[in-house]
Amino acid sequence: MPSHDFPAVRLHIVTGKGGTGKSTVAAALALALASTGRNVLLCEVEGRQGIARMFDVEPLPYAERRIATGLVGPEGERGGVVHALHIDPESALLEYLSMYYKLGRAGKALDRFGVIEFATTIAPGVRDVLLTGKVYEATRRNARNRDAITYDAVVLDAPPTGRIAQFLGVNDELAGLARMGPIKSQADSVTRLFRSQQTACHLVTVLEEMPVQETADAIAELRRHAIPVGGVVVNQVRPRDLDEDDLTVIRANKVPKKNLSADLTRAGLSGTGTLVTGLLTEARDHAERRALENSQRAVVETLEVPTYELPLLVGGIDLGGLYELAALLRDQGMA
Amino acid sequence: MSTPRRTARGTEQRQPSRSRARVGPQSVKGGRLLDIDALLDDRHTGIIVCCGSGGVGKTTTSAALALRAAERGRRVVVLTIDPARRLAQSMGIEELDNTPRPVAGIGLDGGSLDAMMLDMKRTFDEVVESQASPEKARQILENPFYIALSSSFAGTQEYMAMEKLGQIHADAQRAGTYDLIVVDTPPSRSALDFLDAPERLSSFLDGRFIKLLLAPARGPARLMTAGFTMVTNALTKLLGAQVLRDMQTFVAAFDTLFGGFRQRAQKTFELLQADGTAFLVVAAPEPDALREAAYFVERLSEDDMPLAGLVVNRASPQTQGDVTADEAMAAAQRLRKEDPESLTAGLLRLHADRVRMVEREARLRSRFEAAHPQVPTAVIPALAGDVHDLDGLRQVGALLAGKRPT
Repeated sequence: MPSHDFPAVRLHIVTGKGGTGKSTVAAALALALASTGRNVLLCEVEGRQGIARMFDVEPLPYAERRIATGLVGPEGERGGVVHALHIDPESALLEYLSMYYKLGRAGKALDRFGVIEFATTIAPGVRDVLLTGKVYEATRRNARNRDAITYDAVVLDAPPTGRIAQFLGVNDELAGLARMGPIKSQADSVTRLFRSQQTACHLVTVLEEMPVQETADAIAELRRHAIPVGGVVVNQVRPRDLDEDDLTVIRANKVPKKNLSADLTRAGLSGTGTLVTGLLTEARDHAERRALENSQRAVVETLEVPTYELPLLVGGIDLGGLYELAALLRDQGMA
Repeated sequence: MSTPRRTARGTEQRQPSRSRARVGPQSVKGGRLLDIDALLDDRHTGIIVCCGSGGVGKTTTSAALALRAAERGRRVVVLTIDPARRLAQSMGIEELDNTPRPVAGIGLDGGSLDAMMLDMKRTFDEVVESQASPEKARQILENPFYIALSSSFAGTQEYMAMEKLGQIHADAQRAGTYDLIVVDTPPSRSALDFLDAPERLSSFLDGRFIKLLLAPARGPARLMTAGFTMVTNALTKLLGAQVLRDMQTFVAAFDTLFGGFRQRAQKTFELLQADGTAFLVVAAPEPDALREAAYFVERLSEDDMPLAGLVVNRASPQTQGDVTADEAMAAAQRLRKEDPESLTAGLLRLHADRVRMVEREARLRSRFEAAHPQVPTAVIPALAGDVHDLDGLRQVGALLAGKRPT
């Protein structure tokens, strides 16, 4: 029996609506995948240096850097190594040109004529082919590339859901361009990998209407383009200490204030009116939020993909928090 | 207690764990307050641009501002980029037709609200059509390179949002239709994209690269230097001869339009710098969003753009009473010992979470404020539910103005 839900997957693409925490989830997933001694590469492509900030290291260059040790295994096994790679299109283009065309002086000439800038910022689609091309190279490496590190899994912190199909190069509007030249064969190999069983595209959401709707739309779009959908990671879930009965009482405004006040006094707090009113206001907010989460969770369940839930970390995300989330992902079988 | 939930593997979810919060300064010291109503009521305010990184609630903020302004007597049009479906429905702009439509039932005292959703490709097409002869326009619109450029260039959306703003502003000036335009900006990779994109596009249209592409069309053989040959060879290797030919045809057809494009971009830039414009930087109380906001604030001042202030959206609502997180947790533990199912203990844990979040957000905001003390700020407490109708927008509007929602 496989130890987790995606045993055949080597490339994990993580996307999600802005603000849902997709970079956090990508980082936690990388730590979780590395938990049983496996080597994992975490890639970012949006030039934000988010990985460096999350792992509290110097800004990353266009080179694979060791950034963390994977989560300790369930039986206390030592974790594998997580490397990180910050992929920028200029470096990827120059590497591509030197690798395939042995461009020496021409490379410089290209820069002088503004071609590098053109190809990496303006030429539609070319930029994305360069970024995904590097991810492809890292994923498909094997022991024959003697100088390069080989990875058991690659995690890609991808652009947000709104741009994911375009980024993966499967968008119809773009099919014409950057798909006719010699870069086409590169793009085609990349697409073949994206559509293979070695890839899973995961979506991160929070339990609110718009992100869930966007997730549903993205799943439909990915499926239409034959990209294998992995799981939905529901992030920032509110704590569920209070059960539905409690919430019903709170919503109906029927929490006995006298008991509440007595409890507070017994616990050593002053059961004054302010505290009681405050707690009840907070409770009603929480009850409303939980109702929203429940209704959206029901929508997520109709998507028919594996789901994983991560709690809201009230103190913010630090390195410790990432490991905490990684453990939760692993315990739920995502890695 | 909490109902165990089945996950993909049928395992039970672990109880969400708490993370440790450091104790720090509890509240922001007297920062400057952003007075939204004064901004909306000022008849000199002709344009409000809402910008910020993705997922911070720019669209909702724009719509709420526009609605509030209309209900305070302004004649408003709001230009949204990609509103949530139900929000769009409630404003009657489900159709992506690039035309402002009146929002029914809004506007007392001469106020009114129109709304539209931006269609970037159509806006681009319209600019081409307005600038070129019908035949030339058709040539351009059918060019594969143009089609890809107009629908996918990272920055076209930003550029077109500004173009549309310029158009609506010019029309409104001529016809006196609107006295306030509220603009939402696209969910860019970086908030700065929207200021940089017009420059990037026009510098591309004007650059050496284009001249290089135009060279064979213009034909002087002496330009066929070694460098040029090398570049075309490399480009052919990369993109293929067909793409290069499409680009050359596009550039040749577009050649006479460059000047017009540049002029329009320049005019819009000046419009953004004008006195009647107000930028609102929208952020969530999260490190990344506030970092983007800080970049943006700095950039706006470098470019002499009029910054009205910072809106911190979806802040955790202030707690009442002076019970600290640790006190609440300790009390909850005591109660749980007596009764593991104690509701009061549950409420105290919620309170502890809330206090920690409020403290953390206050720390983040005070850090921003220390670096940018001159920026007036409005902090909007999060609503517990979603905003998807006009009433929800009204509530957000009231909160923006520092009022309690009705």
